[in-house]
Amino acid sequence: SKPMPSYSISVNGMSHTVDVSADTPLLWVLRDHLNLLGTKYGCGIALCGTCTVHMNGNPVRSCMMTIESVQGAEITTIEGLSEDGSHPVQQAWKEVDVPQCGYCQSGQMMTAAALLERNPNPSSDEIREAMHGNLCRCASYQRIYQAVELAAKKAGA
Amino acid sequence: MATKDITQGFSRRDFMKTTSLAGGGLLIGFNLFQACKPGAEPPVDLASLNYNEFNAFIEIADNGAVTIYSPNPEIGQGVKTSMPMIIAEELDVAWKDVYVRQAPLDTEHFTRQVAGGSQSIRQGWDALRQTGATARQMLVNAAAARWGVDPSECTTSEGIITNANGDKLSYGDVVNEAAALEIPEDVKLKSVRDFTIIGQEIGNVDIDEIITGKPLFGLDYKKEGMLIASVLRPPAFGQKLDSFGESGARAIPGVVDVIRFGDKVAVLAKDTWTAMKGKKALTAEWSAEESLESTDDHDRILTGLLDGNSFETLREDGDVDKAFAQADQVLERTYESPFLPHNCMEPMNFYADVTPDRIHLVGPIQTPEGTAKRIAEVLERDFGDIHLEMTRQGGGFGRRLYGDFALEAAQISNLAKKPVQVVFSREDDMADGIYRPAIKYRIKAAVKDGQLTGYYLKEAAITSNMYGLIPNFFPAGALDNYKVDVAKYDSDITIGAWRAPYTNFLAFAEQSFFDELADLMEVDRVQLRLDLLDRVKGTTDERIQYSPERMQKVIRTAVEKSGWGSPKEGVHQGFAAYYCHNSHVAEVADVVLENGQPVVKRVVCVVDCGIVVNPLGARNQVEGGVIDGIGHAMYGDFTFREGAPQALNFDKYRLIRMKEVPKVETYFISNEESPTGLGEPALPPAGAALANAIHAATGLRLYNQPFSKSLAELELPKKEIIG
Repeated sequence: SKPMPSYSISVNGMSHTVDVSADTPLLWVLRDHLNLLGTKYGCGIALCGTCTVHMNGNPVRSCMMTIESVQGAEITTIEGLSEDGSHPVQQAWKEVDVPQCGYCQSGQMMTAAALLERNPNPSSDEIREAMHGNLCRCASYQRIYQAVELAAKKAGA
Repeated sequence: MATKDITQGFSRRDFMKTTSLAGGGLLIGFNLFQACKPGAEPPVDLASLNYNEFNAFIEIADNGAVTIYSPNPEIGQGVKTSMPMIIAEELDVAWKDVYVRQAPLDTEHFTRQVAGGSQSIRQGWDALRQTGATARQMLVNAAAARWGVDPSECTTSEGIITNANGDKLSYGDVVNEAAALEIPEDVKLKSVRDFTIIGQEIGNVDIDEIITGKPLFGLDYKKEGMLIASVLRPPAFGQKLDSFGESGARAIPGVVDVIRFGDKVAVLAKDTWTAMKGKKALTAEWSAEESLESTDDHDRILTGLLDGNSFETLREDGDVDKAFAQADQVLERTYESPFLPHNCMEPMNFYADVTPDRIHLVGPIQTPEGTAKRIAEVLERDFGDIHLEMTRQGGGFGRRLYGDFALEAAQISNLAKKPVQVVFSREDDMADGIYRPAIKYRIKAAVKDGQLTGYYLKEAAITSNMYGLIPNFFPAGALDNYKVDVAKYDSDITIGAWRAPYTNFLAFAEQSFFDELADLMEVDRVQLRLDLLDRVKGTTDERIQYSPERMQKVIRTAVEKSGWGSPKEGVHQGFAAYYCHNSHVAEVADVVLENGQPVVKRVVCVVDCGIVVNPLGARNQVEGGVIDGIGHAMYGDFTFREGAPQALNFDKYRLIRMKEVPKVETYFISNEESPTGLGEPALPPAGAALANAIHAATGLRLYNQPFSKSLAELELPKKEIIG
């Protein structure tokens, strides 16, 4: 069979080359080829937000972005949000003790970080609107909301 | 009657053994479940004990470091944090000096590890305390021997032993001497008032790994040479595989193998996307011997069961028929619920490497031991060949009690002779579920001279009926004439436990019914419940395990905290109270109308679960339970056509999201009772409190879940046409 095409991809400031089929979603490139396991699989149809990463700073669903469509873009995953968990969103998540099972939380944090990047002082409605696309089956929504509010305060401090 | 005291009358020697660690230090093994069931198990001769008797361990190294191997699966309920807190409390070490590890299922060292029924803390409470206290006493005895003083003159604090002269030794200083001592029989537990760790707000022990995206979950497990298996299973329940075509799958670069096992076909590839693509490229012919079931069939069959006479009676007091015959008024209502999938955010998955010497299994499972046994049986291997490691679990909700996915991984690895990780897609996860069964309840009550004189609950369920003590829950014990009948229909569709089995819907039916009953009787809705609870006080019926006093206290506290009876303008309130998993809960939901539709804004939840080990984690469980209960009551719907699920992903299956979430206010009753369940009890009353509030807001009585279907029929105010 034909050899797999080769793609270069920039993730968390590092350049990588991967040999995968053109339709391979960014999610599986991250998880299976780059061993960046913080980005999670939830639904595969961009409806749960579990796989959220940043593309040029914007939150995107990595399960529906093909490797081809992210050429030339700068991708940030939860592993690249900070080197040591010190991002205000991560610290707020810790302080509020948000997670129950924890599986959806990297997607939640990436969505929250992108929100605060473009809107450092979101209103209550803006937080709810921005986080509405991320499912949490344990329903830790109340703490997610509190943590976004706290992160905004921390970032502004 | 008070909730039973389960703390008395066992010997420490029956469940504990100590040994020296090879590298220095002390290892204490104990049996988490034996210790709390006096009389339930025969006395154990210490000499005959071996490590098979133990399922939990603590290690104290000679540098004083304490490692607690948390034995129970962590599915988001917080036991990996709260169980070690209990040991650390009695051991008297600082929480910051404690390391917590998830213990594997190790056939030599661990047995009976399970997460289910909200029982981890309740059943482990005494054993965890006794173990910590015993270790502490052994360390004190070793220090006292070295000093030549009586152990009673010594005190401990944060891992330091101090004698009457003020001399100090750390646990690490004396741990090797302690390891050589006999297990003391006379060990004092701390007074609840002296607790320094239990009752503190302790953060999740895995928090740093979670916020930085470290691999923790089953899907994060990777092994050199591992293949991903994507499995094609019958699309409808009741179907079998006739034939399949694999050439399309084999043509995809990266597909390594295609393997049929039973009625399933696995596509193996080096990466997940290729395996999923390969599965989609399979063709298959399916057949069924009998007609396939649809939701309409289930509706008809369950209604037929309610109308029929094929019941099994689970409890009968007095004569309900006579009560109905003599009644002034009779109220009868029927409540209906659909199947529900679990939808753990982490889809089912498991790793297996089956070799002639050993079966290595890794993944998220609520029942590691049972699953390992089943795999040994199916593969005709010795149980001792199996080594199972548990990962953190991206949700459980009951789904991971069933090891079907782990068995698949083992079967495929056995045939492929390669290490394999089975990965369910979301569609697989929803379509190949083990669902909450569809259920209908019919409740009938008799009222005479303004008093409730009879109560008759009938259940018609798919495949399995309520079990355990549920027929003895409220209002059992409050009425002279009381009966619970159940009937079932054996379906092709696989069903199982779903967070708070049966009560997750029964609480809605019962607590909605009581609201209507109070209206019929023209008494206050809350007062009706309080009056009935009065009648249960002093009961000698051993089957009644809820406490009327504790239930009245949560009810009265909820009334006070929620401002029940005097809500703010535009706010409509609904009330529910429920006992399950040994805990008592009362909830008040506040609903407002927005564009003619009821919207829940706040839920006040009052819980009596005894001593709250970790309030930070406990509130999280309650908040999640309430919102989960509301979400599924509002939106959860899962139907079948010709045996095939009609929703396969979140485009067709609605879960509650951020904008639909109320504020949850949680209050715990402060007392010194032993802890009871918390992972489930907050969920069941939530749907009822919401339904009762929706009734108050709209006049609409809800009988069926999901509520969203009934609410869609509410007449909306006509919108003005602009333009």
